[in-house]
Amino acid sequence: MTTIIIIYAFLLICLGLSIWKSRAKTIQAFRVGAKALWNMAPSLLAIVGLVGLILGILPPETISRLLGAEAGAGATIAAAIIGSITLIPALVSFPLAGSLLDSGATVITITVFITTLLMVGTVTAPLEIKALGKKFTLLRNGLSLIAALIIAAVMGVVLG
Amino acid sequence: MNMIKKFMAPLILALVYLGLAAWLPATALRSAEVAVDYTREMVLIIPPVFILMGLLQVWIPKEKITALIGKESGVKGILISFFMGTIPTGPLYMAFPLAGSLLQKGARTSNIVIFLGAWAAIKVPQLIAETQFLGPSYTALRFILTLIAVIIIGRTMEKVITIKDLPNIEEKE
Repeated sequence: MTTIIIIYAFLLICLGLSIWKSRAKTIQAFRVGAKALWNMAPSLLAIVGLVGLILGILPPETISRLLGAEAGAGATIAAAIIGSITLIPALVSFPLAGSLLDSGATVITITVFITTLLMVGTVTAPLEIKALGKKFTLLRNGLSLIAALIIAAVMGVVLG
Repeated sequence: MNMIKKFMAPLILALVYLGLAAWLPATALRSAEVAVDYTREMVLIIPPVFILMGLLQVWIPKEKITALIGKESGVKGILISFFMGTIPTGPLYMAFPLAGSLLQKGARTSNIVIFLGAWAAIKVPQLIAETQFLGPSYTALRFILTLIAVIIIGRTMEKVITIKDLPNIEEKE
């Protein structure tokens, strides 16, 4: 909620300044924003729909079961896949990761899970392509996935 | 006809929901609840993100962006991109439109990747929650490694991506 308040406060300041300096330019800014929103609306709707489907079929309890207890390469690979396709808010993912760690998951597995969750977005890829292009999206997500595995391996060695 | 084509993906998803409701009502209900939750979050975040994007497009001249986070901006550009990303501003997909505008305005590709990386993985409220649930040494190590990774990913992508690879979504008319 604080986040929302900060964003809106920032927006109000910017809008106030803009209107004060030029009403015409402010209207133009709204037009540019609305056009971009209209362009991205289908992707935004698709994201909501897909996130609902994935988390409906794969609720946190199921994720815990898949990544918990039995450590090993299987769990790590599952963590990479689940982390890449789901879109769980970060603030929810940390308690989830903490409980996974307590229930026997390895540092490597939970780090792969958190890092892919935060940096790799399959569901949001269509929107990323719209805004930044196919090449950018593929490279950023692909390299982030590789980075997640390396980060996890290093953390596994250091923190064991 | 064009409208149907434009909204094809959401329409197909709506059909999937209907199918799921008939086949596995409990799962469909859970999915719908999650979707409603996310919609609520989006409805609050979408207006400021797109209005700010419009204001940025209209008010900030290209030279300014280029000077701040463009090709010649060096360490200063990296720091600015990083701090812009750590400002709390909602989920990562909300950063894409802003990142797109910044790139078109002459921002350096590697700085945009740093901006997105910071936005995704290294935000202050997030770090507090992480410390609480996974401990300070875990959080510190992941923070440092992620930062290094994001800078390397940015530098790598910069070698491959050119302005031609970017879509033209919100050119000024």
